[in-house]
Amino acid sequence: MAKLILSMDGLVLKEIPLSKERITIGRKPHNDIQIDNLAVSGEHAVIVTILADPFLEDLGSTNGTFVNGKTVKKHFLQNNDVVELGKYKLKYISDVLPGATKAADFEKTMVLRPGAMRKPPDPTAPAAAAAPVAAVPGHVDTVPTGAHADAAALAAAGAPRSHADTQIGITAASVAATAAAPRSHTDTQVGITAASVAAAAAAPARRATLKLLSGANAGKEMELTKPLTTLGKPGVQVAVITRRPQGFFITHVEGANKPIVNGNPIELQAHALNDRDVIELAGVKVEFFFKP
Amino acid sequence: MDLRQALEIVSHTDPGMVRTNNEDSIASIPDKGLVVLADGMGGYNAGEVASGMATTVLTTELRQLLEDHAPNAVDPQSGQKAALKMLQQQIAKANTTIYRAAQSQPQYAGMGTTLVVALFYDNKVMVAHIGDSRLYRMRGNEFSQVSKDHSLLQEQVDAGMLTKEQAKLSSNKNLVTRALGIDPAVEAEIHEYETRPGDIYLLCSDGLSDMVGDEDIGMTLQALGANLNLAAQQLVQMANDNGGRDNISVILIKILREYPAGEGLASKLFGWFR
Repeated sequence: MAKLILSMDGLVLKEIPLSKERITIGRKPHNDIQIDNLAVSGEHAVIVTILADPFLEDLGSTNGTFVNGKTVKKHFLQNNDVVELGKYKLKYISDVLPGATKAADFEKTMVLRPGAMRKPPDPTAPAAAAAPVAAVPGHVDTVPTGAHADAAALAAAGAPRSHADTQIGITAASVAATAAAPRSHTDTQVGITAASVAAAAAAPARRATLKLLSGANAGKEMELTKPLTTLGKPGVQVAVITRRPQGFFITHVEGANKPIVNGNPIELQAHALNDRDVIELAGVKVEFFFKP
Repeated sequence: MDLRQALEIVSHTDPGMVRTNNEDSIASIPDKGLVVLADGMGGYNAGEVASGMATTVLTTELRQLLEDHAPNAVDPQSGQKAALKMLQQQIAKANTTIYRAAQSQPQYAGMGTTLVVALFYDNKVMVAHIGDSRLYRMRGNEFSQVSKDHSLLQEQVDAGMLTKEQAKLSSNKNLVTRALGIDPAVEAEIHEYETRPGDIYLLCSDGLSDMVGDEDIGMTLQALGANLNLAAQQLVQMANDNGGRDNISVILIKILREYPAGEGLASKLFGWFR
């Protein structure tokens, strides 16, 4: 479960699990996180979690709310963000394990039903539904409010249904359960982002460069930094070098002739490039090599 | 009118790296300039049943309608193009078909599908979509998203709760606010756009757009636009290289030349001399 770690002067005071969709922070005792310090306003800030996305919002506090050193009115919390209220720090930890195996179950597309959006908001959490909207001017109040109540319904309903065949068609009845619903299942959803981010970041560690061997610019080098790099002359002969987790590959794109690698024309499919391969294309020779 | 000379269409669909079944469904009628992409949802095999129904109903019905009616004909009473009416009616029909199947067969209960349809005629494209399957356009060096998702995330962005950059970090990418077959009636969002020779249109499921950034998709179309087949494969491969967490489907349409409507000699001559 995602949590907040409350500390002051580097001393950890408390760990607070984000177990509710709305967690209030302030000096007065009715707050979920009470910080009894005069620098903290009575109702200082609130964290509203919409499914797995936590939003921090300053409630017009006297001394302001800071995230990573910057003052914020409203902020989409990310893992390791540090929220500061006066001398107190709250570190946000989204308990994401990269590559969480169950994430796929929750990543399936689901529908928020428009019909359900028209129903009145859940009476047990009206403030929660209104909160994310409050800071937004104008027309929006119907949509996000409805969506929020619905999203919560979905989160609650998602739990028992996670492995069942139906993930669509959430009924109004589940809304009532929302406030009390344990967050364990919504938490699992957090895994998705990290997993995909981790995957996206899994670019190959090796770097590669092309060096021109012929022509006026012989000796010039170009690092292959982009996911794909085209070579050749459009309309005459073009090939593309793609950077993949497995390495670098050259593929024929257009033209009557295929690129030649180490003296042999490549086949139609992608051809894996090795260190010091010599590529000939549109009358130009280039050498491919990995950077140390 | 046969549009095969004016449009190059390629498509590619892949289950991805995580899922064993493919719940996406794609179809095209090249001579009529129609392409359809659907991303189904619902347990077991219901998702692919829903998306399959959507593409089947739309292609079967629209093929017949396009045989008999010109999509660019304007109805004198409503002032609307025939294409609009055709799309509205057939999407409604697909919705009803899926909805009824879901109601009558327990194993299909709750199934639904997203949808994006593009119909090309008279140097224009009419695009209908429901949910988070998208249409992008590459024109010159400019790559842009044409359709706007019907999703919680998009509503949050519209409401100013999230910026586009923050939206990429959200965990709630999988919630659509509209889908085909979930309710007795659904409204598709339909728009018409001018096309230009050289344009490349991309229809895709969220398996691509969630895994590959718009910038990289644009770069791929830019670099490989000359070889549409390779571009489609490359897009799918990039999504898989980034984790391939969902089914990935792409349909690419390149406008090879103008395709003005009109059967008369005058308009044909006009078409030649443009």
